[in-house]
Amino acid sequence: MAAKWYKLPLYNFRRERCYCGAKKGRFDGPMIEFQSVSKVYPNGTVGLKDIQLTIYPGEFVVIVGLSGAGKSTLLRSINRLHEITHGEILIDGKSITAARGKPLRMLRRDIGMIFQNFNLVKRSTVLRNVLSGRVAYHSTLRTLLGLFPREDVELALKALERVNIRDKAFVRADQLSGGQQQRVSIARALAQGAKIILADEPVASLDPLTTKQVMDDLKRINQESGITTMVNLHFVDLAREYATRIIGLRAGQLVFDGPVEAATDEAFAEIYGRPIDKDELLGRNGA
Amino acid sequence: MMTVPSKVATRSKSALTTVILFLLLWGSAVRTHTDLGHLVSGIGNMGDLFAEMVPPHSKYAQKIVNPLVQTLQMAILGTSLGGIVALPFVLLAARNVTRAPWLSWPARIVLNLIRTIPDLLLASIFVAIFGIGAFSGVLSLAVLSFGIISKLWYESAEAIDDGPLEAMTAVGANKLQWIAFGVVPQVLPIFTAHLLYTFEINVRAATILGLVGAGGIGLYLNNTLGLFQYQNTSVIVIAMLMIVFVIDFTSTKLRERLL
Amino acid sequence: MTTQTALQTPVNRYGKWYKVGVLVLLVALYAWAVSGIPFTGIQSTAGEVARSILYGMFHPDWGFVYQPGGEDLLRGLLDTLSIAFLGTSVAAILAVPFAFWSAQNLHKYKTVSGSGKAILSLIRTFPEVVVALLFIKAVGPGSFAGVLALGLHFVGMLGKWFAEAMESIDLGPMEALTASGANRLQALWFAVVPQVMPHFTSLTLYGFEISVRSATILGIIGAGGIGTPLIFALQSRSWSRVGIILLGIIVMVTLIDYLSGFLRKKLV
Repeated sequence: MAAKWYKLPLYNFRRERCYCGAKKGRFDGPMIEFQSVSKVYPNGTVGLKDIQLTIYPGEFVVIVGLSGAGKSTLLRSINRLHEITHGEILIDGKSITAARGKPLRMLRRDIGMIFQNFNLVKRSTVLRNVLSGRVAYHSTLRTLLGLFPREDVELALKALERVNIRDKAFVRADQLSGGQQQRVSIARALAQGAKIILADEPVASLDPLTTKQVMDDLKRINQESGITTMVNLHFVDLAREYATRIIGLRAGQLVFDGPVEAATDEAFAEIYGRPIDKDELLGRNGA
Repeated sequence: MMTVPSKVATRSKSALTTVILFLLLWGSAVRTHTDLGHLVSGIGNMGDLFAEMVPPHSKYAQKIVNPLVQTLQMAILGTSLGGIVALPFVLLAARNVTRAPWLSWPARIVLNLIRTIPDLLLASIFVAIFGIGAFSGVLSLAVLSFGIISKLWYESAEAIDDGPLEAMTAVGANKLQWIAFGVVPQVLPIFTAHLLYTFEINVRAATILGLVGAGGIGLYLNNTLGLFQYQNTSVIVIAMLMIVFVIDFTSTKLRERLL
Repeated sequence: MTTQTALQTPVNRYGKWYKVGVLVLLVALYAWAVSGIPFTGIQSTAGEVARSILYGMFHPDWGFVYQPGGEDLLRGLLDTLSIAFLGTSVAAILAVPFAFWSAQNLHKYKTVSGSGKAILSLIRTFPEVVVALLFIKAVGPGSFAGVLALGLHFVGMLGKWFAEAMESIDLGPMEALTASGANRLQALWFAVVPQVMPHFTSLTLYGFEISVRSATILGIIGAGGIGTPLIFALQSRSWSRVGIILLGIIVMVTLIDYLSGFLRKKLV
């Protein structure tokens, strides 16, 4: 059963319809809910300020904003890689803010994360990297002995197949190009069986061509499996091309939240506090 | 698919490594008469010994001031002597200074061979030659430092900037002028740092040379152990720790300032 | 005028007196150091003995290399290697938990790693020979005391090196594992261990090189290995035997250095 989770057409019926302000789903509640979330650093810097936000299943949300606006903090507070100081975050109705120990890890298990620097173990094989996404499903002893069940290995290989690098399964991760490494980390999130994928600047260290491949993979997975996806992006045109909903942050505050059609140049100028700069465009016109 | 290494080959390779490691461990355990029970009881015996060492007999501290001072003096002289003798060898062994392989290679081989002889062994030989006393200790420390410092020095000499050397050649300097104006200013701080580092090693070595009769505090360690005066032993051990700590600390600070 | 003063300032920062001061200090230091070393009582036979040793070195007692019945060179060297190998192996295993304890980047608070590092540095400060002497008192003379002494001393060394290796790793994979719901042990195992393993192996090999040198002298104080026949040969003034033992040690240490260096190069 677990082996075929991604074949299920779950959430697909709602795809692309649930941008901001969407009504509560007919069958499902919100996937991620920010309830007046704030983060103040010990030195007094405000990271996030009173964020009120609801993400529905199957959405492809892109977060934009200047660097330092709190995009990364927002994303990382969802799986509590960063702690918030006020408010509460609910994942599929369960509070991750209050969770400790095993319940926290179970919540994290449902959230895949993709990093700018891939965060793969470079000396391990691709397969082992993907399998490492499965550790939260098994006992510590079993994982330390490397005794992953057969289904897990198949799941991992299928996940690699979905991002077109199955033939690299037994290659060491550092033998791969940047784009391939990022696809391994997408496969890791897939094998994890995540309901949510968080991608923190997933293409910032990639060239334009691989950028497109990686973004396409993310989009395809979002559409095929209905995995709720939240992506931090620096490039405005990429955001417009892939998002169903765009969220704008400025100085830790939510300054824009709307469907991609509403994200006009003026809206971006508002988010950035100035007109869009050239290096905020990837420069591929309607690729 | 070409790049996929055979899983079987990797597995059997690591299995072979494990088997060899275990065989080596087992063989070593047999040779040294070690087994797990022995290990546990050994640690227990050590605990008993420690119990007998406390409290340290504080009055004994006065008696070891002199040998402690002598330990330091031996280290100072040994390091300096070793450094002085090392200098010409270093210039020979550094390939960017001596551009003649038939000179630098033999110099290197001599240095490498000398470095293989451990401190206590040197001391035993010098004691056999010159008799018991700190003089033998100084000489063994000198040879020890010579081995350590010459390698550190010629390696850092080889890492220097070629520009000034070329400049000296260009102005028509002879070999000695070339070294004095091109090499020395560049290596002086790092050489001093290495000298201090060698001094640290020498202080540690000097504390134990007395075990074979080459002067310093080590002799007293052996004596108190032989006479079962364990409370005096602990005083000596503490003194050794203190002197090594103090020297390491000051020398590290000085080296940080130099570099 | 102005350029000249600007140029002179750095040179004159310490002045001539500074140099003179340092010189006086150095002279005083050496005078003090020399005063502590007795130059009397040097054996009158020194020259003769030195010549005999040199003679022995060049006319080694080849018969000692292998003797079917007893304590010969090869067996002494084998014992030495065994002591070093076992001591280093035990130390490498014990050093791992210490390394996790003292690696600064794995802990929130500096006091945790600081305390681990302090313990390691305390262990390291004891010269292995002193440790060996204490162990000889505790468990009796022989190779076993040597193993224990080297084992303990190298926990201090390897623990420090391991911790430093761990401090240089990429913590990103650890974050990724945590994000996927792994517990701390799983995150360490999957993200940290694969990264540090080659470093640990290489450092252990390097430690083995050093411990072989240490093990050659342990026998001098009675802790087994080639040092024991050496000290007997020195005391009985059989210089050709001293010669062959020295030769054996030099060859063994050089070989081990070469072999370990080769293996370490392959690892990286």
